[in-house]
Amino acid sequence: MSVAGINVLVEETRALQAPLLDVRGVSAYYGSIQALKGVDLHVKEGEIVALIGANGAGKSTLMMTIFGQPQARTGSITYAGRDITRMATHEIARLNIAQSPEGRRIFSRMSVRENLQMGAALHGGRYFAEDLERMCVLFPRLKERLDQRGGTMSGGEQQMLAIARALMSRPRLLMLDEPSLGLAPLIVKQIFSAVRDLNEREGLTVFIVEQNAYHALKLAHRGYVMVTGAVTMSGTGRELLDNPQVKAAYLEGGQH
Amino acid sequence: MATGSTTPIAATARAEASPLPGLIKDAGLFALVTLGLCVPIVSYRTDLGQGIGLVITTRWGTVLALCAAIFVLRLVQQLYLTGRARRRAARAPVVEGASRLAAILAPITLVIALTLPLLATLLTGSLGEGRYWIDLGILILTYVMLGWGLNIVVGLAGLLDLGYVAFYAVGAYSYALLSTVFGLSFWICLPLAGLFAAAFGVLLGFPVLRLRGDYLAIVTLAFGEIIRLVLINWTDFSGGAAGISSIPRVSFFGLPFTAGENGFAATFGLSFNAMHRLVFLYYLILVLALVTNLVTLRMRRLPLGRAWEALREDEIACRSLGIDTTITKLTAFALGAMFAGFAGSFFAVRQAFVSPESFNFLESAIILAIVVLGGMGSQIGVAIAAIVMIGGPELLRNLGFLKAVFGEGFDPNEYRLLLFGLAMVAMMVFRPRGLISERTPSVTIAERGR
Ligand SMILES: Nc1ncnc2c1ncn2[C@@H]1O[C@H](COP(=O)(O)OP(=O)(O)O)[C@@H](O)[C@H]1O
Ligand SMILES: [Mg+2]
Repeated sequence: MSVAGINVLVEETRALQAPLLDVRGVSAYYGSIQALKGVDLHVKEGEIVALIGANGAGKSTLMMTIFGQPQARTGSITYAGRDITRMATHEIARLNIAQSPEGRRIFSRMSVRENLQMGAALHGGRYFAEDLERMCVLFPRLKERLDQRGGTMSGGEQQMLAIARALMSRPRLLMLDEPSLGLAPLIVKQIFSAVRDLNEREGLTVFIVEQNAYHALKLAHRGYVMVTGAVTMSGTGRELLDNPQVKAAYLEGGQH
Repeated sequence: MATGSTTPIAATARAEASPLPGLIKDAGLFALVTLGLCVPIVSYRTDLGQGIGLVITTRWGTVLALCAAIFVLRLVQQLYLTGRARRRAARAPVVEGASRLAAILAPITLVIALTLPLLATLLTGSLGEGRYWIDLGILILTYVMLGWGLNIVVGLAGLLDLGYVAFYAVGAYSYALLSTVFGLSFWICLPLAGLFAAAFGVLLGFPVLRLRGDYLAIVTLAFGEIIRLVLINWTDFSGGAAGISSIPRVSFFGLPFTAGENGFAATFGLSFNAMHRLVFLYYLILVLALVTNLVTLRMRRLPLGRAWEALREDEIACRSLGIDTTITKLTAFALGAMFAGFAGSFFAVRQAFVSPESFNFLESAIILAIVVLGGMGSQIGVAIAAIVMIGGPELLRNLGFLKAVFGEGFDPNEYRLLLFGLAMVAMMVFRPRGLISERTPSVTIAERGR
């Protein structure tokens, strides 16, 4: 084996060991209000990581900060060995990070198919037909509605569309912001099982932000708990589920 | 269990019946307000009495009649509106109706546009007689083109541009100056005018496209005015308020429309007719407008055009899908400006005269009104709106009989703006989303088997 080949191999193993996404000491502000106070967390390749926390804890802010808007004021964000702390949102997206943002943000006047096309724009639509097929298998409900306008679909369908649109860019890391918000338990189950499938079959790395702590922690390999802009606890999904503090704060009111 | 089964039916019945009492109450409220207004205004009348002094007569009957009229009108209006809302809700996948209308209107409009000079000749007796109609056709098509151009910016990309006429001016002055100063022909100037206008679009776009909604509108409005004021005040460059006259006429790709032996008519063995140029101008603007339309339709199917539409809906989502929103906006702005530039140079060659007065804010407003009335993004809607907005006032000019009604001094043309206003209000009430409000998807399944 040549020296160059060994070098590549060394690089690759190092990349495998280093987390895919590494957030270190990140703080972010809205004007003068500090929303993130030195957040540390990481996501390794192939993992599902959940971030749970109460409303207003800063979960969505963290997700958007990873996406460069608002940009982190201190700390660093590394993705696949690259420092993305100061990159523009669209450039970050082009590194194969996809997101289903808070509130879904689908294009409501456009048809489902067109929404998916927007997701595939990153590759110039090269894999569109093939990926459309995959999405139809993953979310059969979308298949029946390809020509329906996005805005006329139910909340659950819109959430599926938001995830499918994100997946159309063939991401390495998928970030989901509260995919279960406002959805019927059955739909939540469908969506979460689709995410688990993607992770198990295709090795997709997933970072999921949720208020629905029970489902998220059951799904995730590891989890973090965020309170007012800082990570206060972390552990495997099981550990956090069994943790009395987590139970008291986030799992009261039954395991829906 | 028996009681349980009746509940849903009762509930449905209640839901069905519930609007009426609400409507009556609402109409009653309106009548009450009317009564309140009538008491001081209508109910007492003062007449001159027999002697000195005034006599008060009460008119409670009139008041009652007015209140009753308002009550009934409001009731009818509400019934109509709720009925319409319900009918709308019933045909949930709305796409059908509006797009079918568009599918019928588009070819008809196109055929009329293609054959207008012929139609005008046939209907009026001779080509010379048809001149008025061809002139009107040129005017309308200019606005159709401008509407389609602005539609890219406002209708597709959702950037509210109130200074669109500035790019029209840039195009017009480009041709006027290049032809009078450097003697360049129209066919060289036409693309140049488009390029200049697009360059101005980029120039304006860079600083302002970070702005949103209202702010963007205000800055573009100011930009439009600045261009006009520069044209007025920079006399050495633009001829000032007097404008630029004797701009060279259009040629048939080099052959002038003159009676001489090198002219268009002689070359093609036709007898000279001054109308040839006009007909040529008509088809020129028709082609230019159709090119604008085709480019827009084509763009909508390309990733960039789809990105414009997505941008209009959600900028943040666009960015997180890897779309560079600055470039996307800039291209929409520049492309829209380019078509205004083409239209501007056409304007200059048709008029053979340009002055800053042709490019005031009212023009921007009219073009924007065309886009908004047309339904923001609908191509055929914009065309129809241009016909209505530009052709409508022309109709007024011909309504001489109105003089008989309103007296000799009545000039229908003076009421143009008033009618614009009325049309706008009527639109807001009846079609708040424009004439053709349904967006047709840029992709559909080919096999729509049913
Ligand atoms: N655009 C914004 N401008 C100002 N403050 C904001 C903005 N977005 C969120 N915040 C504030 O930042 C904090 C964290 O919000 P967010 O990240 O949305 O929380 P979560 O997603 O955990 O519910 C909240 O206090 C919220 O009010
Ligand atoms: Mg949130």
